[in-house]
Amino acid sequence: MGSTSDDAALIAELVDRLGHDRVHHSSVDRALHRRDASLIDVGESGPICFPRSTAEVVACVQVARRHDRPFVARGAGTGLAGGAVPLEGAVVIVTTRMDAVLSIDAENLVAWVEPGVVNLDLSRRLAPLRLHFAPDPSSQQACTIGGNVANNSGGPHCLALGVTSAHVLAVEVVLPDGEVAMLGGLDPDPVGYDLRGAFVGGEGTLGIATRIAVRLTPNPVEVRTMLLGFGQVDDAAATVSGIIGAGVVPAAIEMMDALITRAAEDFVHAGYPLDAAAILLVEVDGPPARVAADVEVVERVAREHRVGSVRLASDAAERELLWKGRKSAFGAVARVMPNYYLHDTVVPRRRLVEVMRQVYEIAARHDLLVMNVFHAGDGNLHPLLMFDGREPGVLERVHAAGAEIVAASLAAGGVLSGEHGIGLEKQSFMELQFSSDDLAAQARLRAAFDPYGRSNPGKVLPLGASCADVASLRRVPDGTWI
Amino acid sequence: MDAPGPRPFRAALHELAAEVGDQGPVAMVGGRTAWDVGGSVADDVREVRAPEGIVSIEPAEMTVRVGAGTPAAELDAALADSGQEVVIGGRKGGTVGGALAVGWSSIRRPAVGPARDCLLEAVIVGADGRLVRAGGPTVKNVTGYDLCRLLAGSLGTLGFIGEVLLRTRPRPELSAWMRGPWEPGVEPRLVVRPAAHLWDGTRSWLLLEGHPDDVERSMGTLQAEGGQEVDAPPPLPPHRWSLDPSTLGALLHDDHGGFVAEVGVGTVHRDLPQPVREVGPAVRTLHQRMTALFDPSGRLNPGRDVLHR
Repeated sequence: MGSTSDDAALIAELVDRLGHDRVHHSSVDRALHRRDASLIDVGESGPICFPRSTAEVVACVQVARRHDRPFVARGAGTGLAGGAVPLEGAVVIVTTRMDAVLSIDAENLVAWVEPGVVNLDLSRRLAPLRLHFAPDPSSQQACTIGGNVANNSGGPHCLALGVTSAHVLAVEVVLPDGEVAMLGGLDPDPVGYDLRGAFVGGEGTLGIATRIAVRLTPNPVEVRTMLLGFGQVDDAAATVSGIIGAGVVPAAIEMMDALITRAAEDFVHAGYPLDAAAILLVEVDGPPARVAADVEVVERVAREHRVGSVRLASDAAERELLWKGRKSAFGAVARVMPNYYLHDTVVPRRRLVEVMRQVYEIAARHDLLVMNVFHAGDGNLHPLLMFDGREPGVLERVHAAGAEIVAASLAAGGVLSGEHGIGLEKQSFMELQFSSDDLAAQARLRAAFDPYGRSNPGKVLPLGASCADVASLRRVPDGTWI
Repeated sequence: MDAPGPRPFRAALHELAAEVGDQGPVAMVGGRTAWDVGGSVADDVREVRAPEGIVSIEPAEMTVRVGAGTPAAELDAALADSGQEVVIGGRKGGTVGGALAVGWSSIRRPAVGPARDCLLEAVIVGADGRLVRAGGPTVKNVTGYDLCRLLAGSLGTLGFIGEVLLRTRPRPELSAWMRGPWEPGVEPRLVVRPAAHLWDGTRSWLLLEGHPDDVERSMGTLQAEGGQEVDAPPPLPPHRWSLDPSTLGALLHDDHGGFVAEVGVGTVHRDLPQPVREVGPAVRTLHQRMTALFDPSGRLNPGRDVLHR
């Protein structure tokens, strides 16, 4: 299934609906769309469609269904867990040409956008109104709001404000059966179950978002960004829970260890302290007195943990420079090694010190270099295992070390993913966090949206859990969804 | 290092699961303060209650684990010692689990967000009498499907909430209610964004929270615009309406009587209940499938329907 020759009838029908220029199916196009930003290499792309409207998305879904072919929605393809990787020749429905900001209501703090709007473009559009869209993943220059909804994306500034789910009021969705549903609403308590909340983070397995009402956040009155340099990683990690424990929830607390600080400094010359074992980038915002008081608390807690250097950005330009180093860290690591595997787990903040130690031990044991740049404030680890893909056998070591980091995070009371999602990458780990009963309940949620497994099948839930899926379906009275 | 694996449940939850069982209609009872929301459960249905009591408070984690049967007031008092709070809606005398199952948010929603967003993890008893853990133990988590959002406001129809892990927040150092002749949309420029803005068609009540200096500065701004400090917001009529906040101006001209509206949110408190809201056919189908999959025999809280709340 999925080879060019098998697809002739499917392609003909898609072309009939969208036109030749918006249905791609050459081997080059398929190669371009069979992967996301992860190392996952098992994808097999069917025809690739570029709809421009909800009606065209419906058409794509219906055509795929008639040809008994699954479909997968795709935004910018920046995902890191394989969520948008097509399996078994799935029809790829790319939403990047649905990229209009439909309306902005500055008074009621809501904007309607199409799924292909790029995250940073939205905040740039909002800047003259002194508003922004709070989730700011590191890929925000490329990733789309539709992708953010699918992954329930985070970012540095989700510490105080919450991840994407907290910023989505309503989603128009093309369901896997081709029906269109409006989930959630602009009113505070839409009638019925919170299907909006269930849909966000569904990794494309529950349908395709075609219009999204996002909550807009007013820019803070004041912002202070601090750079704290520590001689010991432990002290930096302990400062994080110390700040929260002292009753301050900063807008962001990011941590970078020495290796990645050096790589970022070489790249952007932000003036990061190169003698520090770890740095914290702490941002507090709000009204003036609140901000001043919070800066004092952060400094006090940092000094209690032997901070070596404290730098307070004096103006917006310096603040942006400090952030530029953080935000370009992933690009900067290419100077160290050609490849990296980026992990994403969460641990309770108070366990950061010990889990960080374990991460270094695990990497050393597998003879791998590790760099850490992560959302320390919410315990969201992002260890980068560095390697050179030309070295024979190195990927096995990378995967083994990754599995141990995941296990260490769970053993510390953590979870598998803080913002990248499960996709294909972490399916096999799901049973480490959830019982079969837990997974059966998740399978029910999925089955309610997609009883026949048409939308991005083979993702998120471990393959065994699909049995529970089917068993649940058999208990449904006849005719329930006719 | 401990071997990772699904975490065990404490005994009180196993007892609840056994009590719920897998046969016959059963109702979860909290404080009975919102017992009529979404329809009533028949009197002869067997009743169960969730475990009471606080399991653990982690101030540096900003989380609290609590039995769902714990009175909300007890949770609030316990968190006060560490200068934190969990802000969920619900009437006086209600339980934590009841407030989450009903899903009402506090009038402080502009500052603290909707109630559903504090639910990090829930242990529920399903219709098959088995314990299920939804969500996860950390403040950030996208592992698997977001059952917690589905459970908040579900009126117990998908599973009974036995225990929850909630996100806490710092208590504001100072809170003050200001009353004045302001209208929505003409709210003065304040350094503190109001934690609540109530409006009855002629007057507004603004709740200011935060650092004392910021709050006092904003109080000064409001006093200069005809405002005065008051002890409390106006009494809220008993029924809650959920309206698009951009449409609140129309309340002045409808014929459903007086109101106290939450400006910027859209919750409107009135003497009469909101007429039943229609949903589209696709959303209705999703609801039917959801209840059919989670509770095929309709044994959990029979008589209550989220589409009729």
